[in-house]
Amino acid sequence: MVDPKFAIEMQQVGLQLGNQNFQFDCRLPTGAVIAVTGASGAGKSTFLNLLAGFDTALKGRILIAGKDVTEVYPAQRPVSLVFQDNNLFSHLDIFTNIGLGINPSLKLTTTDCRTISSSLEKVGLAGFERRMPGTLSGGERQRVAFARALVRNRPVLLLDEPFAALDPGLRNGMAALLLDMHRETGNTVVVVSHDPDEVKRIADFGLFLEDGRIVVAAPIDEFLGRADHPGLTQFLRS
Amino acid sequence: MLLTKAEMRRAMLGGAASLAGIIAFVGLAVLALLLSSGGSSILATVFEPYILRILRFTLLQAVLSTALSIVFAIPVAQALARQRHFPGRIWIIRLMAVPMGLPVLIGALGLIGIWGRQGIMNSALLKFGLAEPVSIYGLSGILLAHVFFNMPLAARLMLAALERVPSEYWLMASGLGMRPLSTFRFIEWPVLRSVIPGIAGLIFMLCATSFTLVLTLGGGPAATTVEVAIYQSLRFDFDPGRAVTLSLLQIVLTSMILGALSLLPAPKDEGMTVGKPVRRPDGRLPGARLVDGGVLLLATLFLALPLMSVVLAGLRSDLMKLLREPIFWQSAATSLAISISAAALALLISMTLVSARRTALLRGSGAFGRRFLFAAMGGASSLVLLVPTIVLATGWFIALRNLGNASAVAPVLIVAINALMSLPFVMRVLEPAFIVHKHRTQKLAASLGVTGWARLRLIDTPALFKPMLTAFSFAMALSLGDLGAVALFGSDSFVTLPWLVYSRMGSYRTNDADGLALILGVVCLLLTIAGTMGPARREVAVHG
Repeated sequence: MVDPKFAIEMQQVGLQLGNQNFQFDCRLPTGAVIAVTGASGAGKSTFLNLLAGFDTALKGRILIAGKDVTEVYPAQRPVSLVFQDNNLFSHLDIFTNIGLGINPSLKLTTTDCRTISSSLEKVGLAGFERRMPGTLSGGERQRVAFARALVRNRPVLLLDEPFAALDPGLRNGMAALLLDMHRETGNTVVVVSHDPDEVKRIADFGLFLEDGRIVVAAPIDEFLGRADHPGLTQFLRS
Repeated sequence: MLLTKAEMRRAMLGGAASLAGIIAFVGLAVLALLLSSGGSSILATVFEPYILRILRFTLLQAVLSTALSIVFAIPVAQALARQRHFPGRIWIIRLMAVPMGLPVLIGALGLIGIWGRQGIMNSALLKFGLAEPVSIYGLSGILLAHVFFNMPLAARLMLAALERVPSEYWLMASGLGMRPLSTFRFIEWPVLRSVIPGIAGLIFMLCATSFTLVLTLGGGPAATTVEVAIYQSLRFDFDPGRAVTLSLLQIVLTSMILGALSLLPAPKDEGMTVGKPVRRPDGRLPGARLVDGGVLLLATLFLALPLMSVVLAGLRSDLMKLLREPIFWQSAATSLAISISAAALALLISMTLVSARRTALLRGSGAFGRRFLFAAMGGASSLVLLVPTIVLATGWFIALRNLGNASAVAPVLIVAINALMSLPFVMRVLEPAFIVHKHRTQKLAASLGVTGWARLRLIDTPALFKPMLTAFSFAMALSLGDLGAVALFGSDSFVTLPWLVYSRMGSYRTNDADGLALILGVVCLLLTIAGTMGPARREVAVHG
């Protein structure tokens, strides 16, 4: 199968949650780091939930890596996820938490065990296998979530404000780690972000959402240069 | 799509089965009552002077019990909130949780030990030349016992409300030089006023449906509530017609109280557990210390003396002889089997209801049917508040009387009734824990595909083990101490521990009753302590 040009396509996707209407339509390039921005309540989380499969579209189609996933259960979609927090089951150790990413019933081969250890090495947490999540710092827990995304090896990585709960000093290091992973695997990264500096630093492509719609979608240079949209201008200045 | 289709179907089917089971069990009992009453006779009998007198007494004692509990709870809560640091403060707060975990019958025995004819209160008053001014039997005794059980509940809820006040308020009050009366008027009373209606409604409900206390301390035509009158009609007067009328009357009464309660704000129990420590400069004034110390001393004595009386009387009885009696072991085994089955059943039903409610909410955003199911499942878990245990038991008693031998199925019925009885509390422990757990893990589990058996084993069981243990031990303690359901179905061949205590009390083998009470009380308290070691606190369960 030919690698499709667009990692993600949303075709006239419609959804209503409570009183709010959402209408998404977009094509996002393969192998890019895509930043999703917008004010609170603009629909960033819903956008991500639709891609992840936590919310289901009432109409329209969603294609990820060329596959129609509109009705597909979250785990069967070709995506990995990193949330802002609660990325790890707090009562299970680091090894088990990552192992669940390989096999959800925890049936692991010896190769799998080696994969887990090497993924921890890659995120700078070698030897953390038997530690419990509660004994790790917030940054270390996010690194474990990255390690799990590595072993899952899906073409699309979805991140919901992954660094928002971290100290500003930690964010740069984590963003660098994310970019390293991205370059190594060549995956497509969709990251929801509140931080204009972060967007400028890591993104290749920008989305700006307002009132449940995508109002700007452009490559990052064009995205940062757009002056015709007051909401976006305000976001970039903040 | 946070659940697979199979998971959704399983959750909804489980919840629907539980819902149908509850409705069928309660519905059949009510149907039996309605059918045997024949409609027209109710209107004729409901205005009999006897029934009107009972209704009047039920409401009167409930109003007075509620008022007294609230009035006495205010200074206790105030003193505890004002005095943050003194040795034993936490133990007084723990002591106030004890009446909630104690079987009502045991509490009644302790109160008789202190306030009864031979109790230390009357002996002391006799020495001062007063002849038995306090009677533990009749209205005064019922009020005393209701205050014993409900004042601590009210005080704990009020204390929680006072601890939610921002700590700056107290500093500001003392900075402004407010005297205790002004502090009460401008800070404490506005807070208390907002929680008292909810607390009062809850206590009124508990007192209006109180059975065991009225049975042991009241009785006789002058001091009988609707619930006790139902029991007497069936067991002593063999007048099922009147029992039916009274049962239906009780349903009308509880539905009116519940209707009124739903308009009141529900009391919350969480105080400020995190954040800055509260400082109360006004508590350091010598006058405040003296008054608070006196109030707390009196409250502690009031609560602790009956408990000590249970312990001392129990130790004085011939425990060795009791332990050699086969009837003790027989009734203990019966009680244990019933309480374990009831707790397991309550846990099973509430887990299916909780997960079906969660699933119903997840699915449709607007589907009316699902919202209806959601509400119905929540309401069903509290159906026993509307149809109290005695009424349920009466319904089944009447239904089975027409079919023949009731004693064969009595254990099953008591298990079902006890399970229903603990359901509102079990739900209140499990549902918040379940929601928090799902909130933390559902997206993660769905994105990793941890479903079905693997999720149950790896994710749900470890995380929910503690709240489930809390709920289980709580339901077990409730069932172990229950006298209501067994009172109608108990016989010489079918005896539970509370029933044994009660019958030994009645037959003047009070020494035996004391010994048994001590054993039962200790078991129930240990269960409660085991339960409250979990994260969910049991007061959460008690607050309606």
